[in-house]
Amino acid sequence: MSKIGKILPVALKTLFTKPSTEAYPYVKKLVEDDFRGKLEFNCDVCIGCNICTRVCPAKAITIEKVEGEEKKFKAIVHLDRCIYCAQCVDSCPKKALKTTQAFELAGFETGNMTVEV
Amino acid sequence: MEDKLSLFYILIFPGFIFLSLYGLLIEYVDRKLYARFQNRVGPRWYQPLADIIKLASKETIIPRQADNRMFRWIPVFALAAASTSVLYVPIWGTNSASSFDGDILVVMYLLTIPTLTFFLAGWYSKSIFATVGAIRALTQLFAYEVPLLMALLAPALLANTWSFTKMAEFYSHHPLYSVFNIIGFVVAIIAVQGKLERVPFDIPEAETELAGGPFVEYSGRLLAIFRMAIDVEMVVVASIIAAVYIPFFYNAVPVLGFLIYVIKTMFVVLILAAIRSIFARLRIEQMINFCWKYLAPLAILQIIINIIAKGVLK
Amino acid sequence: MGKVVVPVGPQHPALKEPEGFSLTLEGEKVVSATVRLGYNHRGIEKACEERTYTQNIYLIERICGICSHTHSTCFIQCVEELAGVEITSRAAYIRTLVGELERIHSHLLWLGVAGHEIGFDTLFMYSWRDRELVMDLLAMLTGNRVNYGINTIGGVRRDVSSEQIKDILKTVDKLEERTKYYIEVLTQETTIVQRLAGVGRLSKEDAIRLGAAGPTARAAGVKRDTRKDDPYAAYGEVPFEVITDQNSDVLGRGIVRVKELMESYKIIRYVLERLPEGELTVKVPKKIPAGEAISRYEAPRGEDVHYVKSNGTEMPERVKVRAPTLANLSSISHMLEGGYLADVPIIIAAIDPCFSCTDRMITVTDREKDSKSMLDWNKLRAYSIDWHKERGLDFSAISHLREDGR
Repeated sequence: MSKIGKILPVALKTLFTKPSTEAYPYVKKLVEDDFRGKLEFNCDVCIGCNICTRVCPAKAITIEKVEGEEKKFKAIVHLDRCIYCAQCVDSCPKKALKTTQAFELAGFETGNMTVEV
Repeated sequence: MEDKLSLFYILIFPGFIFLSLYGLLIEYVDRKLYARFQNRVGPRWYQPLADIIKLASKETIIPRQADNRMFRWIPVFALAAASTSVLYVPIWGTNSASSFDGDILVVMYLLTIPTLTFFLAGWYSKSIFATVGAIRALTQLFAYEVPLLMALLAPALLANTWSFTKMAEFYSHHPLYSVFNIIGFVVAIIAVQGKLERVPFDIPEAETELAGGPFVEYSGRLLAIFRMAIDVEMVVVASIIAAVYIPFFYNAVPVLGFLIYVIKTMFVVLILAAIRSIFARLRIEQMINFCWKYLAPLAILQIIINIIAKGVLK
Repeated sequence: MGKVVVPVGPQHPALKEPEGFSLTLEGEKVVSATVRLGYNHRGIEKACEERTYTQNIYLIERICGICSHTHSTCFIQCVEELAGVEITSRAAYIRTLVGELERIHSHLLWLGVAGHEIGFDTLFMYSWRDRELVMDLLAMLTGNRVNYGINTIGGVRRDVSSEQIKDILKTVDKLEERTKYYIEVLTQETTIVQRLAGVGRLSKEDAIRLGAAGPTARAAGVKRDTRKDDPYAAYGEVPFEVITDQNSDVLGRGIVRVKELMESYKIIRYVLERLPEGELTVKVPKKIPAGEAISRYEAPRGEDVHYVKSNGTEMPERVKVRAPTLANLSSISHMLEGGYLADVPIIIAAIDPCFSCTDRMITVTDREKDSKSMLDWNKLRAYSIDWHKERGLDFSAISHLREDGR
């Protein structure tokens, strides 16, 4: 059994319904609370064990000592390498790393993609 | 004075400038409706113009194997033929810029030229995809042209004239007569999809298999002219259908008459966009089968009906 | 008209990934077709040998953007077998849930692509609009729309809350209603039936002979589904039917896929109703004992096979992936022959190909000398520069760029 223009009734109805697409980037898409986005680093609890560096599949994160301060560390993330798997967040024994909802992280130059978080 | 008036007709209204602007508007409406049928937002009003400007500002690449002169001139032929044909089609009320008995055939011939240029464009591109697309364009031409011509001749037969202007005049005085032409209207609308190479008859362009068919090697300004020609063709075709099959509410008051013209052509565009949205692309042999098996007999039926109607009514 | 050779690919709008099809045409008819692999070899199997098992999950997951859960689960099943651990049934159920959601999004994606290939863009837009519902569910459950990262060795990383269960059930109801409509459209709309029925025939015998897998085989009447034949995760406990079709053409493949969607909804409802309590993960040592393991998984496109060999260290010694497209690829040239040029895109699309997942390196074996040869990166570059030079394009001026082979 075949019908010519089977989809027509729905298409006509769609003509008068709200579009399901959005004019991104003018309208922002909201992401879930526990979205795996850009990393956030809490330097107060980090003990510099470097587990995150070791588990990272993309060699995207390094922990460095802050010059001139005792037991204070900073995290350097290569945004262009990071694959946002959040294994470092899972592996961190002190919960110093956290994922955020930031996802618009594209840049124009490879040199600018390494950031301190 | 006569010369200046013709120049005005050709260049400004209803000639090139009006056609280009209205063509862009019609392309926008078509794309917007297509998008809304698909539950999308669709383009903004300036998108077709922006596309043309973008294309015109880009580098034009001509393949080394292609025939340089033909490759450059073909798009211009397409645009010129499409814009010329509008001179014989009524826009403002029932009058067209120029008319004589037999202009229906001239318009039909002029509207065939763009399709022929698509063929030549593909042929002279010397690319395998363009060649296959070119052959398909020509094959398709033979399938839809006959039903389309017959569907336009039937109303002409009833009006006893071979001119669009007189036909429009006749039907505006006898609006009830156009009820006879409903079959012809359906046939013309479907055949026009083939002429404009739109789904379900966009077989020559067939993006997924031929990557754009005849236009595959075209770029930059030349492609912009082709796009413009297709837009203009769409205006002409919509105007013809509006003039022949929807000959109501003609108004001599200029602005009102033009408004009615816009409403009519937009209605035609709405139908064309709806057809584009609800079908899949047919294969070339299915398209030819369909045109000869269903469209052509329907068009003949329309002619027979009109001959009988003419005999009975007069 | 004489015979002409039309190259479809490696770059062509019908293909979403690079792959070479060379078609010999007689008019519009395809006389013969050859398939060329190897345009997108990424060396993932080799890269796996230099990473720990945990790192490999994320690498393996990125073999395919669409069936990412498939690959990571298949790999992890191997590792868990080697380590001799059994995951908790809650973890198995969550894996099944994500796996079925992935199947839904993949099949809806296929339906849209199929619509686009036959020029039916409205169907494409509608089915992708509805696919967004599943993508949102996956984002909610796992934290990302693709590359879910829900798997970890010994279980899953995230739990499913009762509110999420409610959301999933609500969306599944909506999707079920839409899918019913798509079944009607697919089987009733004249132009679709005209374009799909009788196209790309693959008989039952040929399907078995050429080793077709997944919906391609099931559409030819071969009742073969790893979920039933060799149950993994929670599929042993879940009742569902293996959908087959007797059409053995592209239309049949479409019908199998949309009907499988209905089965997936059933599975998801069952899984959510009976989600057992328990831990999410079990402890697995970092060093996996030496041994070999093979595991099978029913990807949306067919059977996926992974092989892992471990040597007692933190890293595997060998990982081998057989993506389902490789199994289906050999039947493509058989299906293309005798068809029309217009049918080529839809026939290729009907196996739901994933070329990058499939691509392998080619070793040329000289039988007479009994030697094997291979082109490495630099040799391949030199070869391509020479190849283009012969044809009038000189790239040697930029040959200093990226000489390091990166």
